[in-house]
Amino acid sequence: MEATVLNLLASILGPLWAPLWAVIKPVWPLLWTLARIVLIMAPLLLCVAYLTFWERKVIGWMQVRIGPNRVGPWGLLQPIADGLKLFFKEVLFPPAADKKLFVLGPIMAIAPALALWAVIPFSPGWVLANIDAGVLYLLAIGSIGVYGIIIAGWASNSKYPFFGAMRASAQMISYEVSMGLALITVLMVSSSLNLTEIVSSQGKGQFAGMGAGFLSWNWLPLLPMFAVYLISGVAETNRAPFDVVEGESEIVAGHMVEYSGMAFAMFFLAEYANMILISAMTSIFFLGGWLSPVGFIPDGFHWLAAKMAAILFFFLWIRATFPRYRYDQLMRLGWKVFVPLTLVWILVVGVWMMSPLTIWK
Amino acid sequence: MEFKTILFYIFSVVTVLAALRVITARNPVHAALFLVLAFFNVAGLWMLLQAEFLSLVLIMVYVGAVMVLFLFVVMMLDINIEQVRQGFWKNLPLGALVGGFMVAEMAMVLSGRYFGLANLPPQNLPANASNTKDLARVLYTDYAYPFEIASVILLVAIIAAVMLTLRRRKDNKAMHPADQIAVKSKDRMRLVKMAPEVELPAPAAKGEQA
Repeated sequence: MEATVLNLLASILGPLWAPLWAVIKPVWPLLWTLARIVLIMAPLLLCVAYLTFWERKVIGWMQVRIGPNRVGPWGLLQPIADGLKLFFKEVLFPPAADKKLFVLGPIMAIAPALALWAVIPFSPGWVLANIDAGVLYLLAIGSIGVYGIIIAGWASNSKYPFFGAMRASAQMISYEVSMGLALITVLMVSSSLNLTEIVSSQGKGQFAGMGAGFLSWNWLPLLPMFAVYLISGVAETNRAPFDVVEGESEIVAGHMVEYSGMAFAMFFLAEYANMILISAMTSIFFLGGWLSPVGFIPDGFHWLAAKMAAILFFFLWIRATFPRYRYDQLMRLGWKVFVPLTLVWILVVGVWMMSPLTIWK
Repeated sequence: MEFKTILFYIFSVVTVLAALRVITARNPVHAALFLVLAFFNVAGLWMLLQAEFLSLVLIMVYVGAVMVLFLFVVMMLDINIEQVRQGFWKNLPLGALVGGFMVAEMAMVLSGRYFGLANLPPQNLPANASNTKDLARVLYTDYAYPFEIASVILLVAIIAAVMLTLRRRKDNKAMHPADQIAVKSKDRMRLVKMAPEVELPAPAAKGEQA
């Protein structure tokens, strides 16, 4: 892709290209990386904006309401209006707050949510950093997302945000354990930490040879882990029914109580970017990424997008369906149900792989 | 200057400054957050040393789990800063002794070649070398038994920690979700058939009731 872009630039600029290239050649890798980051970030932020719109519409329909329909045709400009409103609002600082950390909180919330996209492959070769330790990178950077909430909760110097921070640190660590353990089975069957290889390894197998590729994806042999990963993903992004961190009926909005304007919008962006990220990760680890479900249709990015959209719809669906979990039962589900289940399934998969009945060769 | 060298200097300067702030910051929460920053930059240094597995695990374990719990505790504590700073001169000799030992040990590790440590890893690995795979191969073959013993020791420590804090309070009114789900209407309500205490008024009303 890099060579194509360079050739294109050279043909457009013609004779001007040679002197220009001499100037930018030393910094070209930096420029090229920045260009690709913008290429990922811009559509992502647009998706975040329209995910909020879609969420309001879907929940509206499920509750037999209309949802936003005033701004623009069918209400399509609603997220733009929301964004503008938040952008022009004043960011208030509580007098007792720790100012520096109060600013750092939202930044720490959104930075990991965006940084994680570096290793997500969109289709073969379409990835910012195709690194061998991709899954480790996801787990490592994903685990620092909780700092945004903790710092915001503490820096606000107020009671409800502090409760939110305490709940967040307990909940997110608990569900990271079960998510990590669920991923171990994926690593075992695909014997790689590289996300591109994890996807391509799902395209092999008996069913894939028969043209029914969707039966050879990881979701079927690792079905309990798929369920654990998806539910833990909901808990990890603090979405309903596991949104005890915000819990508006108990602690108002948790760590976000004291935030306004753009600072609040950054928490909002981080939450939705994390939702899209979890759906991308679930599609890649369990639903075959960009692979086509049947043999006679070619693979491509549109399949990944379709799978992500389906999982995002699942996120919205359960938000409209289930009441909030009680806090102690949330911890029980994480530690007493998911962790033992994943530990047993790792053993089962290990024995399965070593037995003659193995389907992963 | 190579780009990697610039990165090295950025990481090391930030590490040293953050480590200094850990011991000089007045607020314990700020100190803990500076420790997080120091960990993060050390992970960057390890990445430059082509030890990507250790680097990412450092972030995952120390930054993602240990320091979160540490912050959790530090935020809950009501620490009186003046009281903490009182014993500085009294504790200095012991602290200096421990620090001195650590400096000496680090010097011995860093000057490994001088002390004849032959098995130092090669400096320039090929681009496709996987640190993760190399580590796994060594851990699960040559060092399988020490590795298993270490994990069993950790497991024992986990169980011991759980047992130390696990005590059943007598006034605990927590309910078990399994019991709640398994409950039947019979457990909650009893239907009793009773003989009528007053005579039925007339035989004509009997037909209406049935």
